[in-house]
This record gives sequence, C-alpha cells and structure tokens, in this order.
Amino acid sequence: MLSRRRLMALALPCLAVPVFTHADWQVNMTRGVTDISESVFNLHMTIFWICVIIGIVVFGVMFWSIFAYRKSKGAKPAQFHESTTVEIIWTIIPFVILIGMAIPATGTLMKMYDTSDSELDIKITGYQWKWRYDYLKDDFGFFSTLATSQDQIYNKDQKGDHYLLEVDEPLVIPVNKKVRFLVTANDVIHSWWVPDLAVKRDAIPGFVNEAWAIVKEPGIYRGQCAELCGKDHGFMPIVVKAVSDQEYQEWVLAKQEQARQEYELKNKQWTLQELVDRGEQVYLKNCAACHQASGEGLPPAFPALKGSAIATGPIENHINTVLHGVSGTAMQAFGPQLSEVDLAAVVTYERNAWGNNKGDMVTPQEIAEKK
Amino acid sequence: MSAVVGEHHDDHHHGPAKGLTRWIFTTNHKDIGSMYLWFSFIMFLIGGSMALVIRAELFEPGMQIVVPGFFNQMTTMHGLIMVFGAVMPAFVGLANWLVPMMVGAPDMALPRMNNWSFWILPFAFTLLLSSLFMEGGAPNFGWTFYAPLSTTYAPPSVTFFIFGVHMMGISSIMGAINVIATILNLRAPGMTLMKMPLFVWTWLITAFLLIAVMPVLAGVVTMMLMDIHFGTSFFSAAGGGDPVLFQHVFWFFGHPEVYIMILPAFGVASQIIPTFSRKKLFGYPSMVYATASIAVLSFIVWAHHMFAVGLPLAGELFFMYATMLIAVPTGVKVFNWVSTMFRGSLTFETPMLFAIAFVILFTIGGFSGLMLAIAPVDFQYHDTYFVVAHFHYVLVPGAIFSIFAAAYYWLPKWTGHMYDEALGKAHFWLSFIGLNMTFFPMHFVGLAGMPRRIPDYAMQFADFNRISSMGAFLFGVTQLLFLFIVLKCIRGGKQATAQVWEGAEGLEWTLPSPAPYHSFTEPPQVK
Repeated sequence: MLSRRRLMALALPCLAVPVFTHADWQVNMTRGVTDISESVFNLHMTIFWICVIIGIVVFGVMFWSIFAYRKSKGAKPAQFHESTTVEIIWTIIPFVILIGMAIPATGTLMKMYDTSDSELDIKITGYQWKWRYDYLKDDFGFFSTLATSQDQIYNKDQKGDHYLLEVDEPLVIPVNKKVRFLVTANDVIHSWWVPDLAVKRDAIPGFVNEAWAIVKEPGIYRGQCAELCGKDHGFMPIVVKAVSDQEYQEWVLAKQEQARQEYELKNKQWTLQELVDRGEQVYLKNCAACHQASGEGLPPAFPALKGSAIATGPIENHINTVLHGVSGTAMQAFGPQLSEVDLAAVVTYERNAWGNNKGDMVTPQEIAEKK
Repeated sequence: MSAVVGEHHDDHHHGPAKGLTRWIFTTNHKDIGSMYLWFSFIMFLIGGSMALVIRAELFEPGMQIVVPGFFNQMTTMHGLIMVFGAVMPAFVGLANWLVPMMVGAPDMALPRMNNWSFWILPFAFTLLLSSLFMEGGAPNFGWTFYAPLSTTYAPPSVTFFIFGVHMMGISSIMGAINVIATILNLRAPGMTLMKMPLFVWTWLITAFLLIAVMPVLAGVVTMMLMDIHFGTSFFSAAGGGDPVLFQHVFWFFGHPEVYIMILPAFGVASQIIPTFSRKKLFGYPSMVYATASIAVLSFIVWAHHMFAVGLPLAGELFFMYATMLIAVPTGVKVFNWVSTMFRGSLTFETPMLFAIAFVILFTIGGFSGLMLAIAPVDFQYHDTYFVVAHFHYVLVPGAIFSIFAAAYYWLPKWTGHMYDEALGKAHFWLSFIGLNMTFFPMHFVGLAGMPRRIPDYAMQFADFNRISSMGAFLFGVTQLLFLFIVLKCIRGGKQATAQVWEGAEGLEWTLPSPAPYHSFTEPPQVK
C-alpha cells in the first residue's frame, strides 16, 4: 500500500489510470448545525439557482446561435446592431434580481454581527501553528495542536480517519448556548474557520474580532486555519466538541482541577532526568515544528539547537531566549505560553538532548523568578 | 529640412537593424510587441511549471515531493509570475502590436520609452526569480503578501521581491502612458473616440487604471521596506501599526488590477466575435460605457476581499452592494456578445473557438464572483478552493484564452502566414478539457471545506484533487503545442491575404500581411 503510493507520486506525470480510494464526493457546502449556518446555506443555494437560471437563458441563446446560424448551413447575417430598448431592459432586470439577493443577505449579515447577550466568552488566539483557547469567565485556557503524526504526513504510516483534522485537545462548548468567540493572534494573521458553524474570522495581531454561534446538536465539528500563516498553515486544524450543558460543567471543573495540579507541580523538587523526560514532550509539541525533532532546525529561518551557541552556552541566555523570544524572527516568546514547569523542562531538555550534554538544569522556581 | 535629408541618403530604408542590436535598441512597436509576447510566454511556462509542482504535491494526501516551506514559495511565485510576468506583459505586447495599426498611426507615440518599459522587465523578473536560490528561499507569503507575514516573518529575499515589484510598476506605468499618448494623439483623421475599435477603447481605460493603481502598489511595498529595514511600524501592531491597513492599501491596488487583466480581454473578444459572426458588434456604445463603469466601480469594491477581517457592519454592506453592482455592466457585455452571435453567419476558426469559450467560462467565473460578493455567504467561501476556482475561471479561460484568441486571430497579420488550423483546434480542445478538469472540481472541494494554500489536505478531498492534478498536467503539456504552432506559422504556411478573415473590419486589415515595419506612413482616412 505504502510503496504503491510513493510509486504513484513518482510516476505522476505519466500516470494515466487514476485509482480512487477515498470515495467522498462532497460537492456542496455544509448546512451546518446553527441557525446562521442554515441561512447561509439557503442563501448560497438561492444565489446558485439564480445563476443557473441566468446561465441557462444566456447560454441557451448562445448555443442556439451556434447551432442555427452557421455559415455552413447557409445562414445570412442580419444587419441589426443596436437597440437602446433592449440595452435598458437588460440593465434593469439584473439590477432588480440583485436587489432581490441583497435583501436576505443583509438580514443574515445583521444577525451574524449581533454578538450581544452571549452566555459564554472564549478568547481564541492564533499562534504559528496552533490555537489557544481561553475561557474568560472560568479562568483557564489551553493550546490545541495537531494530533496527526509526522509519520502519517510523510507517508510512513497509514493515514487515520481524521487525517490533519484532529487535535490533542478540542475546544469544548455547550449546546444551545450563545457562545461568543473573541478572535486574535499572537504573531501573523490566521483565520479561525469551522464550516459547520459558518464562522470564519481572521485572527489579527493587535485586533480582537468577534463572532458567535449557538450549536444545536452535540457533536464534533472540524475546521482549519484559513489564512496563509507560514510554513505549517496547513497543519493547524480546529476541532470543536459541542456537549450537553451538564457535561460541559463537569469538563470545566475537571479543567480547573487540572490547572491547580499543574500549579502545584511548580513546588515539587525536580531531578534532571524528570525534567528531561517532561521536556521532551513539551519540545515535541511546541518546538519541533521549527527546530525539528532532531534539533537540527531548518536553517536559516529556523536555526539548529543541536550544538548551538544558545543551547550549549550560558543558561541565562538560553532561558531569556525561550521566555522572551527573539524579536524580528519567528522565535516566539514562550514565557506567556507555557507553565514554569514546562519552561524549565524544555530548557533542561534542550541542554541535554542530541549530544548537547551540558548536564545542567533549571528549576521551575528559578523560571518563576525570571518570568 | 531638405539639407538634412540630403545628408542621410539611406533615409528611405526603414527596415529593421540586423542582429542582436535590433532587439536591444529597437524603438519599433512591432519588435517591442513581439518581445513582450515572447517574454510573457516564457514567464507563462515558468509560472506554469510552478503550478505543476503544486499540483504534483496535491495529487494525493501526504507530503511527497516538496516540503511545506517550498510549497509556499511555489504558490507565491506562481501567482506573482502569472499576474505580473505572463498576463500583464502579454496584453502590453498586444497593445504594442495592435494599437498603432488600429488607430492608423506609424508607431507608438513614445518609442524610446517603449523600449525602456520592455527592457526593465527581464531585469525585474531575473531579480525576482533569483530569490529562489537565496538563503531562506523565495518569497513564501502568497502573491497577496499580507503583512506581518511578509514583513517581520519574511525571508531575507523579500527585499529583492520589493525592488522587483518596483521595477515592474515602473514598466507598467510607462507602458500605460505610451498607450494613452498614442491613442489620444495619433489617431487617423476621422477616427473619433466613438469610432475606435473596442480593443483600443478597453486598453485606453486599462491604461488609466494602471496609472491610478501601480503607484499604490509601489507605496505599499515601500511601506513594507521601511518596516523591514528602517524600523517603522506601518503594519506592525506591536509598534502601533495596523496589519489590516496593509490589506486595504493592497486591495485598493489589487481590485483594479483584476480589471487591468480582464478589460483588454473584453476588447479582444469584441473584435473577434463580430468577425466570425459576420455581423457588427451589437451595442457598441453600451460596450464602451459598460467598460468605463466597470473601471470606475473597481475603485470602490476593494474590501470584498476582506469580508472576514472584521470590518464594521456598515462597511460590509457597502462593499457587498458595490460589488454586486459590477454584475450589471458585466452582464451587459455578455448579453451584447451573445446578441452579436444571434442571427449572424457563424464559422468556428480557432480564434472564434477561444472567444466563445472565453464568453462561457468567463461568465461561469462571473457567477461564482457574484456568489462571493454576498458577504454572509463569503464567510464560507473566503480563502477556500472555491475562491481559487473563481479567479482561475476568470484568469485562465478569461485573460489567457483571450490572449490565445488574439494570437491566432492576428498571427497571419503579424507573420504573413496562416497558422495550422487543425493544430490550432487541437490546442483549443485540449486546453479546454484540461482547464475544466483542473479548475471545475476546485469549486467542489472549496465548498466542502478545503482551504487554499495548503500543501496537504484531509482524506475527503483526495478524489477531486487527483482529477485537478491530472487536468493541470494535460493543460500544461498542451501549451507546448501552442509554441510549436506559432513557430511553424512564423517559418511558413499558406500566404495570408491583407484581409485574412472574411468578416474582419478595421484599419489593421487594410495593411498587407505581414504588416510593414512602419505601420502607416500616410495617415489613412476614416469615414
């Protein structure tokens, strides 16, 4: 199976017989699971059919002309070439059709823009290349990153059912409640798009855009970043899990408890090995997209950490780089993104992995002092 | 005067110079037109090869051929090269060849500037293409180069891109000035504005659009340059700037730019359809007014590219209504072309086939454009493959088919030989099938939720992407046939008459084929 795929990629230009294996011939927009997505779908279909009817009339006349007025059939050209009446008619008719389309579109748009009276506010922040969700009233938040393995992407492993559309931790929202999304970004412009919710809002650094949804049915709804945001633009999916209100409340309590436990970890006495083990997980999730799992990076944009001056030099510099980023480059400030424990772990890991073998470590307490 | 003439005894020899210097120093509108056309064809092949890299990677899910970073360089360079290197220079080339012959002039009004505006282009594109070999790679932020991805987060080669764009802009502006000067000053006696061929009219309006918006493009890339190298923060929120400002300025250029690429195509179709219908163009004045209305409207619709950035409601509504309005003059043009064919006496030589396909497929692109204009629905279409399908339908069978149509239509006038009709038709049908295979399924994957500019995609999009990729290779390879046809036509073929086509009307058909080196030394009289 795998070798056949690779072979086909190589033989692509001369490949004549396609093999269709992933039969899913969806040709139309989803109706979605909100009232807004339903009206968007209806508008889409209305406009589509209007275009089809206009197309049939215009192309009908054209094909009739092609069929009936051929020189080879002895057609003699008529002499007419002007008619003000006709010109006025076919200016006015489209104009009237357009007004007919504009009225329902305006209504739907006004509803979309009414973000008042929300019952739950979630701040969505786009990062290169992951999403962060902050539940503003409940005071917790988390990152949501691609869960598909590199092996699947690079064809070393069978692709799963939700290839590229799965995350480690989905956004969880309650059904039948007005959820307001406050969308922004940390670095470049991203766009948060879930087709089933008919919500697409650009996430722009320095701006907070608003959108909202009332999901009617529990379920899992998948989307993707829709604005080119760099190398891994295609690898930052969105998964929304809509659950019953009760289930949602339980989930919130569990998340808050988890946050407390994370906080407690800070005061634990960590050994070098414990930090390195935890650091590897943190590294793979947050750093490997650019610096690569091998630590070799993708120079020059994403430098190597293996044997680098920073990862093997004074630990102060290393910590500062991770905490505050490097301005003017793609290196983000991870200080606000990760917990003290994770920061300590990842710095320690980077100093002791890939033959860097510095043997030194930094504790969560030391990170907390610098943060 | 006579003394001067006496000294130059070879004054009556007006043939081209010999060798390479002919092309470097030429001020002749035909030589420069040919160079523009060849240049754009080379760029078309380079940009097309990049499209094939993209389609090869997208042939199936997973990363096979390139890495994501390089994929982004390909989408960016493909867009830039096709827009600025292939379509725009091709139309300038057509204008160079045709405008003087159509208005009864000996040459362009400003021949030395004409030479310069062409010769800037090879340098501009060498600069742009050289960035592929630089450390950090070529520009990778999309042909729309949204800040801050194109400023703070850009590869070092962005500076070369900026200077490349500046040079292209200078070239375009000079070309536009030349077209306007020629049309307004060098028309033959009796050729009033409302007697000009439509190709001349559409180019006159296009030239004004170019002069209006190319400085805006130059402005926006200069602001980028300042942000990158001189510490300003036009587009950086951290420094008090505004990333959305970039998009407003870019699309204030970008939307008229779309019409810069399609208005001359309207002109070409309006020349060809009457010829092969053997009937005058229906509604000539309304065609002129419709073109002018489209040009004016193009300045007040730019934010329909930005419906998802979070414009206020009033802004969304204004740009939605204004955009929908464009459908009216565009509709008038399509109705007029169809009415021209209605009750004509039609034949279907290659130019006519391309022109008919242009009308049909451009109209399909217009329909999807109308759908995209509806702001609430655009939230579902925006930045998906539906948009990719839309703009490729207006650009490939729109702009590029009209360029092919023009090439076949005027090749006999340019070379003095008829092209091979059977091969021309084969080129048309293979292109027609290839492009529809490539771009029609993109509507489906876009509606089903596939974002644009991604190097890999979820399994449910696999089948249509595979069809698209196969269509793209068919379309791409077919274009080599066009090269063969043109070369064959230059080298020989049936001798073309002055009139060439039975139904052709216009001053260019009064000249012998091939047209003499200097078009009209005596101004013709237009009744």
